[in-house]
Amino acid sequence: MSFNAARPNLLAAPGVAWLVTFMVVPCLLVLSYAFFQRGVWGGIEYTFTLENFARVADPLYARIFLNSARIALTTTAIAILIAYPAAYAIARAPRTRQPILLFFAVLPFWSNYLIRTYAWIVLLNREGLINNLLRSMGYTGEPLSLLYTEAAVITGLVYNYLPFVILAIYSTLSRLNPELMEASRDLGAGPVRTFLRVTLPLSLPGVAAGGVFVFVLSIGNFVTPALLGGGRFQMVGNLVYDQFLTANDWPFGAALGAALIVTMIVLLFVQARATARASGESREAQA
Amino acid sequence: MNAETSPILRIESVAKKFGPVVAVDGVSIDVRENEFFALLGPSGCGKTTLLRMLAGFETPNAGRILLDGRDISPLPPEKRPLNLMFQSYALFPHMTVRQNLSYGLEMERLDKAEIRRRVDETMATTDLTQFADRKPEQLSGGQKQRVALARALVKRPKVLLLDEPLGALDKKLREKMQLELKRMQNEVGITFIIVTHDQEEALVMADRMAILKDGRLLQCGSPEEIYEAPADRFVANFIGVMNFIDGQVAEDGVFEAEGLRLALVNARPGPATLATRPENIAVGAPGERLAGTIADIAYHGLDRVLHVKTPATPVPMQVRVPASGAAYRVGDALSLKIDPARCRLFAGGAVGAGG
Repeated sequence: MSFNAARPNLLAAPGVAWLVTFMVVPCLLVLSYAFFQRGVWGGIEYTFTLENFARVADPLYARIFLNSARIALTTTAIAILIAYPAAYAIARAPRTRQPILLFFAVLPFWSNYLIRTYAWIVLLNREGLINNLLRSMGYTGEPLSLLYTEAAVITGLVYNYLPFVILAIYSTLSRLNPELMEASRDLGAGPVRTFLRVTLPLSLPGVAAGGVFVFVLSIGNFVTPALLGGGRFQMVGNLVYDQFLTANDWPFGAALGAALIVTMIVLLFVQARATARASGESREAQA
Repeated sequence: MNAETSPILRIESVAKKFGPVVAVDGVSIDVRENEFFALLGPSGCGKTTLLRMLAGFETPNAGRILLDGRDISPLPPEKRPLNLMFQSYALFPHMTVRQNLSYGLEMERLDKAEIRRRVDETMATTDLTQFADRKPEQLSGGQKQRVALARALVKRPKVLLLDEPLGALDKKLREKMQLELKRMQNEVGITFIIVTHDQEEALVMADRMAILKDGRLLQCGSPEEIYEAPADRFVANFIGVMNFIDGQVAEDGVFEAEGLRLALVNARPGPATLATRPENIAVGAPGERLAGTIADIAYHGLDRVLHVKTPATPVPMQVRVPASGAAYRVGDALSLKIDPARCRLFAGGAVGAGG
């Protein structure tokens, strides 16, 4: 982007103003709470302290952080494994059919996030569809405890963010010059080696973009762990939510939020750098 | 059959349909060993489809493709001892020049030292040694083109296929690369089959060429043969510049058109079109043969092309005269003398011979 030309800046102004007013300023306000003490009856006591940040590093909370990271990472891995073949299939479909396939891939987005998550409760609970199905097939033991497990949380997160990953991977795959794959075949590589040495490496920017996206959204998510995890184990998102709304400890909640935001920004920065480095290659890779 | 005359590649009644569209319609061509062969035709003539069938990216609906006497049409591209230089070059953007060249040899599972030796050797002959560690994005168009060529050549294919290899280059560079490709082909001694829509390019580079139109082979021969004796009106028009005069051959074998009478040998009576090249027309004083007036003069350095309006042709005839000769002015009246020995006569679509 050019910062010398005045016109593009002018055109970006409404968007930037919106972001600054409703995103940056409130965030900074909340984050500033992290440097103050908690009032006796809740609220803020304006005495400077770094104690809240020290508490974030407390093993109890650090473990929740690591646990969240592990769940987010598992979610990311599963989402990529499911999304890649789907994106590949869509990118390989006839050009005229691709928009329809993409439409179906993102269809879940057209319904509310909460409703979609509740749908999983209906599927997974002890009297739910899956247990009923098992019973009708002759299973007589105790109903399976599918709901309120880590697996349920991961399932919910994967389900919700899958379309993003499909779109991200599809966009790099569909822009690859098909002659690259043909050149690989022509030079003596079979379909498998062509995929491993040409298609996959060249689609990694899309995988990275989709992956970071899922990871960042998953690690901070609090709705899915609350509904499908049943509050029995906590992710950072729940913890922050609890500090603000239940424990009334805004300064600590703000410190936790700050740690989360820093993690996300670092990841997004790394991904942006990697994409910028790959962009020269991807220009070459396009037809 | 002895090895000298037997073709290295034989295309035998090959046909390809895409749904209802016939892309290649029963084409048979023999390509000889160490030949620079051009597949020439306007876009949509089927030349690229034919090339893709040779490389293995399309399967013929009918016919056979024999390489050294063996039918290769059932083989996938990776099993064929031919290599293709792609129109887009299709260099792997995530690999350096050296890695691009090594790729095909790694697929043959050669040992590392051997790969290194052959890649070094090929980079030296294609002038790429200094770019070994560059990525394709850091190369100019001409350099990329050389990498694409080197990547195919390093495999030592029996036949190298080139799909419009010079299409993306500007005119100056293209002319330089035409000679470069020809020199390279001489040096490596590999059969080259090039696809092009540029007749000039084919004339400059090819030992022999095939002209395709609407999926059919119209003529196959050396550039001289095709230029001097085009098989039909389309070929005559497609290769070089040709003047066409529509008329009638009388019972006595004399070609007659408005303002022109020309005695021909072996001409069959009936409606016919006389075709003659701009350099085969002599200019004389008014009163001789076909009369006309100069409508336009185009200066080409070595010579001038006069555009002459005549009663025999709907468009001005082109006549090539030396630039150093007599001075002409637009509007001058002159007469054109057509050499009956250097004409072609096309009758009712069938091929007739003049002289």
